[in-house]
Amino acid sequence: MTEPVLRLEGLRKNFGGLVVTDDVSLDIKPGELHAIIGPNGAGKTTLINQISGLLDPTAGRIFLNGADVTALPANKRAELGLARSFQITSVLPRFSALENVALAVQARAGSSYRFIGRADGEAALNADAMAALKEVSLADRADVMAAHLSHGEKRALELAIALAMQPKLLLLDEPMAGTGHEEGERLVGVLQRLKGRFAMLLVEHDMNAVFALADRISVLTYGRILASGPPAEVRADPKVVTAYLGEELE
Amino acid sequence: MTTLVHTPARTGLSAIRVEAVPVLIFLVLALVPIAAAFGPETYWLGLFTRVMVFAIAALALDFICGYGGLVSFGHAAFVGIGAYAVGILGAHGVTDLLISLPVALGVSALFAFLTGTVCLRTKSVYFIMITLAFGQMIYFVAGSLAPYGGDDGLTVRARSTLLGLPLFANDRVFYYIVLGSLLGSYMLCRAFVVSRFGRVFRGARENATRIATIGYDVFRYQRIAYVIAGAIGGLSGFLLANATEFVSPAYMSWQRSGELIIMVLFGGIGTLHGAIVGAAAYLLLEDTLAGVTEHWKLIFGPMLVLIVLFARGGLLGLGESLRRKLFPGRSDP
Ligand SMILES: Nc1ncnc2c1ncn2[C@@H]1O[C@H](COP(=O)(O)OP(=O)(O)OP(=O)(O)O)[C@@H](O)[C@H]1O
Ligand SMILES: [Mg+2]
Repeated sequence: MTEPVLRLEGLRKNFGGLVVTDDVSLDIKPGELHAIIGPNGAGKTTLINQISGLLDPTAGRIFLNGADVTALPANKRAELGLARSFQITSVLPRFSALENVALAVQARAGSSYRFIGRADGEAALNADAMAALKEVSLADRADVMAAHLSHGEKRALELAIALAMQPKLLLLDEPMAGTGHEEGERLVGVLQRLKGRFAMLLVEHDMNAVFALADRISVLTYGRILASGPPAEVRADPKVVTAYLGEELE
Repeated sequence: MTTLVHTPARTGLSAIRVEAVPVLIFLVLALVPIAAAFGPETYWLGLFTRVMVFAIAALALDFICGYGGLVSFGHAAFVGIGAYAVGILGAHGVTDLLISLPVALGVSALFAFLTGTVCLRTKSVYFIMITLAFGQMIYFVAGSLAPYGGDDGLTVRARSTLLGLPLFANDRVFYYIVLGSLLGSYMLCRAFVVSRFGRVFRGARENATRIATIGYDVFRYQRIAYVIAGAIGGLSGFLLANATEFVSPAYMSWQRSGELIIMVLFGGIGTLHGAIVGAAAYLLLEDTLAGVTEHWKLIFGPMLVLIVLFARGGLLGLGESLRRKLFPGRSDP
């Protein structure tokens, strides 16, 4: 049996009296694309924040490639191969698109405690960054300051930053959020191409995208996993249909 | 604003960019002693030495504040520590700079490391308040050093020497040593800002969460920058004690820290050479106004507020927009 890239064991998160993650356990195997769907406020982002190390769970454990990372800070988890995108675009606004990505390349390309020599002139870093931008069709916007990119381009840049980290596990929090139909389609195409290269946890409201991409789907409501399984199974689950999919698929 | 760092990627020799404004600034500073020879020489040399000494501290502050978003309200503490290193060692007959300079730099760096470890756990306003608190702490410690003059401070009996040579004794020579220190600090900070380290440090100001999630320990990078800025502040203090031949707790009062922030804003934050312009403008204006009327603070205060509020890029920004109005066609550099 291969070791799961990600394993959650009995994860729980309370905000005061509010239970936002309620006994969540799941495994993601290498190369698998696991989608998490659920209504607004179900606790999807909170779950991703705990996995990536931005929020401490109240209880439960998180394993990356078999190692318990529950107590590790976000940067250490990134070093172990975890990358993420944010629901609300999170880039470096006054850095060029290329430098946004080059900084992610730099994180795994030798020491960053170098004080002499221009970083933006390092050809090797720039070449890798450019390759990641090409993957998301953003190469021709490399020199544009991130703040000046369109919303869809910023979403693509988020993805490029994550790709440049050469992750083993990629967490995507609504990568299509707020993009137009065409840009959304393009992002689905990109994800389709990336599928299998590394494991992915995809949170997405666009059901067409989810059913096109996912190997497994978990349905989250009120912080609890209501159902989990292959797409066909989940789609047919009566509990899921009444709780969530009924309205979404209309 | 940050002209240094948002330029397109370059490689090789062209990476060494020669910019007109900093070159001009250092040229003027290098010529001051020559011009001073035609006037009240000691006065001019003294005034501009003071300008450069504060410019060193201000540019270190700009390094962490303008590039890292770390608004320290306790930066004068490092200047004070550097100055006291000279004063206290001098009181025990140790004047050689091979001892006093490393002590000045080392102790201020250590103070930055220890206080930074605490301060950098906090953000924004809390960071400002806690750096202020540490600054006040060291201020009161200095004031309580009875053997070294307490609140009154102490006189530095002799300027620092190098292997017994009275290197700093001549005002002109001392002037150029301070100029060299300023140039060195400026070049170092410039290099740091655009280096790999600097890119992470700048990124953390833009979006610390993003920097953490791509694998950087933001705290460590910020602490290193804080220590660098502290050590450069210590250098400024070392030179200040030699320039004034006196040290006092007043060097590290919160007003001094505030003045350093104003110098940075005044000249143009996030440019490094803006801090030099700011220190010069601040001290020269203060000097001129104080000569005109004893109520100079009534004029000086509002003037600072106006410039800081309305010229967002400080004096450098003001100059730049003037240049653009006068020569609208040209978009260099
Ligand atoms: N820091 C916090 N403190 C208190 N409550 C919070 C906090 N963060 C989130 N919540 C609450 O937790 C619940 C889950 O929020 P979360 O953002 O995880 O939902 P989500 O599934 O990502 O929703 P959406 O689909 O709208 O993005 C919400 O009720 C939210 O108000
Ligand atoms: Mg969410």
